[in-house]
Amino acid sequence: MSFLQWLEQTSVSIGIRESIWTYPIVESTHVLGLCLFLGLVIVLDLRLIGAIFRGVRVSQVQGRLFPWQMAGLAIMVVTGGLLFWADPVRFYQNVFFWAKISFLMLAGVNMLAFHFTIYKTVDVWDFDTVTPVRARLAGWFSIVFWAGVVVSGRMITYNWFD
Amino acid sequence: MLLPFFEWCEATTLGVVIRESLWLFPVIEALHLLALATIGGAVLIVDLRLLGFGLRSQPIIKVAQEARPWLLGSLSAILLTGVMLFVSEALKCYYNPAFWFKMGSLALAILFTSTVHRTAVLSEDTESRPVQARLVAVVSVLLWTGVGVGGRAIGFY
Repeated sequence: MSFLQWLEQTSVSIGIRESIWTYPIVESTHVLGLCLFLGLVIVLDLRLIGAIFRGVRVSQVQGRLFPWQMAGLAIMVVTGGLLFWADPVRFYQNVFFWAKISFLMLAGVNMLAFHFTIYKTVDVWDFDTVTPVRARLAGWFSIVFWAGVVVSGRMITYNWFD
Repeated sequence: MLLPFFEWCEATTLGVVIRESLWLFPVIEALHLLALATIGGAVLIVDLRLLGFGLRSQPIIKVAQEARPWLLGSLSAILLTGVMLFVSEALKCYYNPAFWFKMGSLALAILFTSTVHRTAVLSEDTESRPVQARLVAVVSVLLWTGVGVGGRAIGFY
């Protein structure tokens, strides 16, 4: 907490918080980054659950979209970090911020679990319309957890429980 | 000229209920944002393909046909939630320049997507016309970006 109070006094934090343009621009970029990152994550999730591109290999969808998802993720992390930096103490005290962090961790664990377990055997089910149950579950979990991130992220604005 | 219509919207039961509830607006807003992410994916998967990225070993027409139900579904969801948000604060929107910018961008984006963009993605010739394909994709991304930025900006006024 004392670290956050120090962070709040840094010139970058004050600069973003008090500027007329920087904060809205960073926040708008955060929303646009959401479309790029989450939009393309959803495309892969939908392929995993068999709802889109059924005739296209899973590894092709994953491989071709991965660099764009990572570019989107980089935008999200940088702009999200700046937004946090602008007002760290308020975020720290906001229950929705912690809900968002929790959903982010769940989404991250789900992603890593998918890549390091069932995706290792993708060669076997690459063409399948109905993917293995663990791949389908990873797709559903991803959608649910990322939706949780978005909803709780949006709710940070409302400080009902502060 | 449109002011009486906006006043009427503001006074509808739906508008009043959403405005007077503590949590309805935020919840609808969050759903609006989820639909935005989905529409982002449905637009980008096609436009990236037109630009020569993404699923480039698939025919443009196939990518567009796969994305289409998701585009229409998320557009319906975003319009439905958008109307609900709008009627709850119609007068605020009337005096908000960002709202008018967003509606202008949205009208252009829908018009462009359902005419020029649709013709391009459904035409076999587009594969052999990369310059036109890229141009269509760039215009599409810019128009939808305008909708997103304009929407976010409504909250800043």
